[in-house]
Amino acid sequence: MIWDLHCHLTGVPGRTPTERMGQLIEIADRLGIERLCFYMGMGFLKEPTPEELVEQNDQVLEALAHYHDRAFGFCYVSGDHVEVSLAEIERCVARGPMVGIKLWVAHRCNDPVIDPIILRAAELKAVIYQHTWLKTDGTMFAGESTPMDVVELAKRHPRTPLILGHTGGQWELGIRAVRPYANVSIDIAGSDPTAGLVEMAVRELGAERVIYGSDSGGRSFASQIAKVAGAEISEREKRLIYKENLKRMLTPICKAKGIAI
Amino acid sequence: MIDVNVYLHRWPFRRLPADEPEKLVAKLRAAGVTQAWCGSFETLLHRDVAGVNSRLASDCRKFGSGLLEPFGTVNPVLPDWPDDLRRCLETHGMRGVRLHPNYHGYKLDDPRCSELLAAAAEQKLLVQITAMMEDERTQHPLVQVPHVDASPLVAQLQQHGDLRVVLLNGFRNAKVDVVDKLAATRRCWFDIASKEGVAGVESLVKQVGYDRVLFGSHAPLFLHESAQLKLKESPLAGMQLAAIARGNAEELWK
Ligand SMILES: [Zn+2]
Repeated sequence: MIWDLHCHLTGVPGRTPTERMGQLIEIADRLGIERLCFYMGMGFLKEPTPEELVEQNDQVLEALAHYHDRAFGFCYVSGDHVEVSLAEIERCVARGPMVGIKLWVAHRCNDPVIDPIILRAAELKAVIYQHTWLKTDGTMFAGESTPMDVVELAKRHPRTPLILGHTGGQWELGIRAVRPYANVSIDIAGSDPTAGLVEMAVRELGAERVIYGSDSGGRSFASQIAKVAGAEISEREKRLIYKENLKRMLTPICKAKGIAI
Repeated sequence: MIDVNVYLHRWPFRRLPADEPEKLVAKLRAAGVTQAWCGSFETLLHRDVAGVNSRLASDCRKFGSGLLEPFGTVNPVLPDWPDDLRRCLETHGMRGVRLHPNYHGYKLDDPRCSELLAAAAEQKLLVQITAMMEDERTQHPLVQVPHVDASPLVAQLQQHGDLRVVLLNGFRNAKVDVVDKLAATRRCWFDIASKEGVAGVESLVKQVGYDRVLFGSHAPLFLHESAQLKLKESPLAGMQLAAIARGNAEELWK
């Protein structure tokens, strides 16, 4: 069975979060995906205003309402709006059903201004997901983090588990960058199904630090599962990547909230 | 199953788990592939393409006789390219050619390209055009190759009545209206290797019709499992599945 670290309410038709969720779950079922983590709302907002952050989180909360047994929610936060982000963490994670936070491309994560967000999330044992995409074609966003930015974050919070989104895009660099920082795991979602990614990650980091995710609906579940399914690694390593590592990271917060997993 | 998008030899930027021909052939056979249309990674950067095409033809015979079908390349920017086309046909008995306009530095409306497409059509050679090899964001910083703009292909297909084209990896930079226009010519086909989005094959079938869609993996650079699992991810009727996995390519091969 598979747990998917990285899903969005996009890429499928549907007027409401619930409608879209229903479709995504139906497609996920065809490939044996048991649980899915969702973050951000019905559209992609790169630099959300405080109001938009709240709205995006509301959409995920709505989507979760009927699918508590299948889906987890991560709270969308932004280094541009630290106070609002902290309030959203209280609302959605501390008092609500969400189990993680997602930082995207509004503000680079090497800036210590985001530290209160990381500290509060860590207190709550929420899973911390930081998007990164190191691009060679000059199309990086101003607030987009690199794997090296995550390294700075990891050095400031050496005991806090962190996830390097997209393995940094250029995964050969991303894997090398975080290699010495045992508190950083990698998300293999949202890149082409390039052969060798998972083998290198397992070789350099160990399978315990590698987590399957898709970045669906924009990505195909199939193309992302293939990265693990076709990798030349052991069945035990595949099980860790497909599910066990994410489950291990989610267990403390789920236990604290009384969510059965 | 017929896989219309396979490469032999070495990807220039890293070793791939299945880049040894024996291993690739074993993988393809295990997946139920009975015919694989094969280009060579060497054609991207080598200028002695006649040498590459020879090696491709002989390696297909040596390692995958009956399975690997060579698609040599022709680069119409090189001097005396018509002889490469002639050799593909006469010396190597190839049924088609695979073009890399972006790596070879020409656009699809270049007059030299028109000449090449006309010649291929006249010889009844199938033409594959690879629109993209890898994500533009991960290309080597010193080798930044823009994806192929397929828009001029619409006019080329209209102009050359016998031309049949398979657009490989066409969806990373695809414009919806261009894909629609290409499909409307009824002489352009698309492979699924670069089709993303949940249940992407289903949406592609809705867009262009199942008779335009071919199974292609882009192995060994992409994991072969990706294309296989995409067929499972989309709800396809038995007839559609058979056409995509095999029937449409068989028709083209005749
Ligand atoms: Zn994403």
